[in-house]
Amino acid sequence: MERRNGVRIDIGDLTHRYSAKAPITFEQVNITAEPGESLVIIGRSGCGKSTLLHILAGLLEKTSGRVQLDGKDVTEPSSHWIMMFQAPHLFPWMTVEQNVGTGLRFARWPEAKMKKRVAEVINLVHLDEFAQNNTQDLSGGQQQRVALARSLVMEPDLLLLDEPFSALDAFTRATLQKDVRAISKQLGFNLVMVTHDIDEAVIMADRALVMAGSPGRIVHDFKVDLEDPRERQDPEVQAMRAKLMEIFHQAAGVPVDSSNEEGDDTSQQDVELVGN
Amino acid sequence: MSNGKADVVDVDAGTSASSLKTAQSAKKAKSLGKSLFNWAAGLAILFVLWWFGGYLIEINPDTTNFSDFGPIPTFKAFPELFAIGKIQAAVMTSGYRLGAGLLIAIVVGIPIGILLGRSTVFRELSNSPFQLIRMISPLSWEPIAVIVFATWNGAIVFLIAVAAVWPVVFATAAGLAKVDPAWFKVARNLGAKPWHMVTEIILPAIMFDILTGVRLALGVGWIVLVPAEFLGVTSGLGYSIADARETLSYDHLTAMVLTIGIMGYILDSSCAMLIKKYSWHHGR
Repeated sequence: MERRNGVRIDIGDLTHRYSAKAPITFEQVNITAEPGESLVIIGRSGCGKSTLLHILAGLLEKTSGRVQLDGKDVTEPSSHWIMMFQAPHLFPWMTVEQNVGTGLRFARWPEAKMKKRVAEVINLVHLDEFAQNNTQDLSGGQQQRVALARSLVMEPDLLLLDEPFSALDAFTRATLQKDVRAISKQLGFNLVMVTHDIDEAVIMADRALVMAGSPGRIVHDFKVDLEDPRERQDPEVQAMRAKLMEIFHQAAGVPVDSSNEEGDDTSQQDVELVGN
Repeated sequence: MSNGKADVVDVDAGTSASSLKTAQSAKKAKSLGKSLFNWAAGLAILFVLWWFGGYLIEINPDTTNFSDFGPIPTFKAFPELFAIGKIQAAVMTSGYRLGAGLLIAIVVGIPIGILLGRSTVFRELSNSPFQLIRMISPLSWEPIAVIVFATWNGAIVFLIAVAAVWPVVFATAAGLAKVDPAWFKVARNLGAKPWHMVTEIILPAIMFDILTGVRLALGVGWIVLVPAEFLGVTSGLGYSIADARETLSYDHLTAMVLTIGIMGYILDSSCAMLIKKYSWHHGR
C-alpha cells in the first residue's frame, strides 16, 4: 500500500454542547499534532472524549471553535479521516472481502483495482485465509481486524479510534494494539485514539492527552517517548505507565498509590500542563 | 525428510477427520430421509382423510350425487382438464393477476415501509390512516374497483395489490427498526451517499424482512384472488371453480381447488427458499 504523509491536526478553543439546554460537554479544547503523530486521549466516562472524536471525524457538529486538518475545516466525514468504533459494526450480509471493499465501492473504484487493493489490506491485517468467509463466522478480534482493514483500505491520512479494542480479550487486544501502531508508522498516517486504558495509551501513543472535568478539558499533554516495538513488561513501558497513571489519577482527583511511583524515571519536563 | 511419528499422527488425524465427515454426512442423510418421510406421510394422511370423506359421501344415498368430490374422480379429471388446456390457461391467467398485484404491492410497499421506518413524522402522520385502511376487507373495494377500472382484470389486480401491500409495508418498516444505526454511521464515514444507504445498507440488511413480508403478501393475495375471480371475469382459477359448480362438474371443481392448493404451496415454498437464501442471520 502507498505510504501516506498524515495530516497536521489543529483544534482550537473547541467547545461542544448537544443542545442549547444541555450542559457543555467540553470546552476550550486545544490540540495540535504533526503529520504521522499518534495521540491517545484518556479520561473518565462522560468527559467528552468520544464526542471530541466524532467532531474530528465530521460525524458531529461543533458548537464553537476550530477543527482543521492540514488547514482545512472539518465539516463532514471524508475518506481521508476514517473512524473505527468500539464495536466492529461489520455488515453481516457481506464476506470479509466485501466488507473491506465497502468504501471503495462507494467511491466507484474499478473492479480490478478494487480487488487488488482489498487483497493488499486483508494481507496487511493477516486475514488472507478468511477473505471469503462471512464476518459472522469470525472471532471478535478477527472482526475488529476486518473493521481495521475496512478503514485502512481508504488510505486515510488520519485514523480515529473510539475504544476499538475494549471488548476484546487481553491477548487479542495486546496484539491488535501493537499491529495498529506498527501499521500507522509503516504507512505514515496519524492516529487519534480514545481509551480508558492506561496500558493501551502507553503502547499506542506518541502523546497521551488526559481529559478530565465536567465540562471536559484537556488537562495534561504527556509525551510517550518510547522506542518501538513496545512490550508491556519492558521497564521503560512500566515506568511510563506509572507516570501516566499518576497524572491520570491527579486529574481525576483520586489519591495516588505510592507503589506506582517506584522505578519512575520519566522526567517532569515530559509532562506539560495544559489549560488550567 | 519425513518423521515417522508425525506421519502416524497425520494418518490418524486424516482418518478421524474422514470418519467424522462420513458420520456427519450419514447423520445429514438420515435427517433428510426422516423429513422426506414425514412430508410424504403428512400428505398421505390428508389423502386418506379425503378418501374416507369421499367414501362416506358415496355410501350415503342423500349425498351420493356429490361423490365426485372424492380423490379418485378428482385425479381422473386432471388429465382431462390438462388435455383441453383448462388448468394451464387458468393458472396462467390467475398467475398473471397475482404477479401483477404482488409487483405493485412490492413497488409501492417497500418505499412506504422504508419511509415508515426512517421518518418519525411520516410514521406518526400515517399511523391512523394506514391502520384504518388496512382494516377494510380487500374484497369490499370490489364495487369501487369495478367502477374505477375499465376492465375486470384491472380491478382484480387492484384488489390483490390492496390486500398484499400491507404485509410488505409493515414487514419492511419492522425490518428497518431492527437495523443497527451504527451501520449508517459507518457507511457515512466511508463516504456513502443517500442512494448507497438504500442500495448497499438498507435493502440488504432488511431483505429477510422484505421477503417475509412478500411471503405473507403472497398468501393474502392468493386468498383474495379466487373470490375476486368469482365475479365478472371468464378466466382464471376462481372462475373455473364457479364454472364447474354451475355445470355440476364436482370432479373438475375439486381438481381446480386442488390446483389452487398446489400452486399456492409451490409459490409459498419458493418464497421460503428465497428467504433462506437471502437471510444473513446466523442459524439460518
